[in-house]
Amino acid sequence: MIEVVEPGPYATVQDLGRPGYAHLGVPRSGAADLRSAALGNRLVGNPESAALVELTFGGAVLRFSRGVWIAVTGACCPVEVQGREVGMSGPVWVPANGELRVGMPSTGLRTYVAVRGGIEAERVLGSCSTDSLSGLGPRPLRRGTKLPLGKGCGTLSVDLAPVAPLQSQPVIGVLRGPRDDWFVPNALHDLCAEPYEVSSDSNRVGARLVGRRLARSRQGELPSEGMVAGAIQVPPNGQPIVFLADHPPTGGYPVIGVVRSSDLPTVAQCRPGTRIRFRLT
Amino acid sequence: MTGILRRMGEHALLIETGALAESHRLDAELRRLGIKGVEEIVPGPESVLVVVSGGDLEVIWEQVELMVGEKGTPGQATGWEPAEVVVEVEYDGADLTAVAELTGLGVDEVIARHSGSSFVVGWLGFAPGFAYLVGLDPVLAVPRLEVPRTSVPAGSVAIAGGYSAIYPAASPGGWRLLGRTTTRVWDVEADPPSLLQPGTRVRMVPA
Repeated sequence: MIEVVEPGPYATVQDLGRPGYAHLGVPRSGAADLRSAALGNRLVGNPESAALVELTFGGAVLRFSRGVWIAVTGACCPVEVQGREVGMSGPVWVPANGELRVGMPSTGLRTYVAVRGGIEAERVLGSCSTDSLSGLGPRPLRRGTKLPLGKGCGTLSVDLAPVAPLQSQPVIGVLRGPRDDWFVPNALHDLCAEPYEVSSDSNRVGARLVGRRLARSRQGELPSEGMVAGAIQVPPNGQPIVFLADHPPTGGYPVIGVVRSSDLPTVAQCRPGTRIRFRLT
Repeated sequence: MTGILRRMGEHALLIETGALAESHRLDAELRRLGIKGVEEIVPGPESVLVVVSGGDLEVIWEQVELMVGEKGTPGQATGWEPAEVVVEVEYDGADLTAVAELTGLGVDEVIARHSGSSFVVGWLGFAPGFAYLVGLDPVLAVPRLEVPRTSVPAGSVAIAGGYSAIYPAASPGGWRLLGRTTTRVWDVEADPPSLLQPGTRVRMVPA
């Protein structure tokens, strides 16, 4: 059992989400930075589908009722177990009644706490993920929230995983389309010409960007169509939004390009104020 | 079927169908085939999105290309018979008189035209289980409320912008409320969780 002593600014339980229900209006949800979440699970011998805690801007204190292996991955934070500093991206033993303290990240946005055996929260449509858009899944963590733990079975085989640090101005690969023909011919060039700044109204639904305005060549409304994580949707104000885990399954604004799936975890780690640069691939 | 294929990133194709009925036909056909590696099939008014996970997008692209290349003749049997759902509606909604005024019809006429419409679930969106019902009598095409309600109860039957809908759960909402139903359209314990699927025909019957 984990008891949430302090959840920090925004903390949720996440796994791989709810694929297969988009046609019924259900967002996929799941960990925003799937790479860091999967790494955390592997480090403690879990399958990548195990549920873990996703912290936003760190700042959490968790108490563990029994001794257990954990791993902290994602945005780089100071981490303490029982007041002793421990490293990230490696398995750490937390004794019974031990307290894990995760500070504020120096870079990045989302930090994951994976626990051997995984978190056994209530499943809705097969997933424990909190979906911030639809409200499906468990509520965000609060002080006093108790999270039951599953039984671990895999082996721990790695002491430390080397992880590349987040770049100060990440370069994000983009594939054009499917609706680049709704924009003026140089719009894709404009998208890649100057950095965009991640705005403060970004969340798990999408990273809202501020920068060069992307002008449309076609007016009128696009009939709503299916969306994917990484889609760069452009509303009428011309400022792009990169869809993240809790994106709506359909949308009515044209998608000029889609972020490469290997770069999507990086977008999910960009805190407000981060400048990112797109590159057409 | 027109069937222009477009890539949507590394793992999805967007097929332009040009018409809702074609989206439904393709959706049903893709589901029937159960292509390995296909994770999501999302029909829209004029498109179908196919999201692939683990499978080879090029192989699926070719399969879909062959399918949409085949000329579908109207009424051609595809083995797909859409379900019909009958929904009993208590027409006592808060906006019933406002809709009557907006349309210049009497309240009884609004009810008759709404329950007389042959609805089809176009697609779902906005919220889990929220089905956009097409086929509303065009006279009842009214704009949304200028100020949305902060909470609309589950089961509310509403219209806006030429569509009708049944609120699957309590949520904020700007559609105009005509009535309510006890039919549960959304239940996460059920399989599938949504009573209304793309293509499902819906009849509204006054309670």
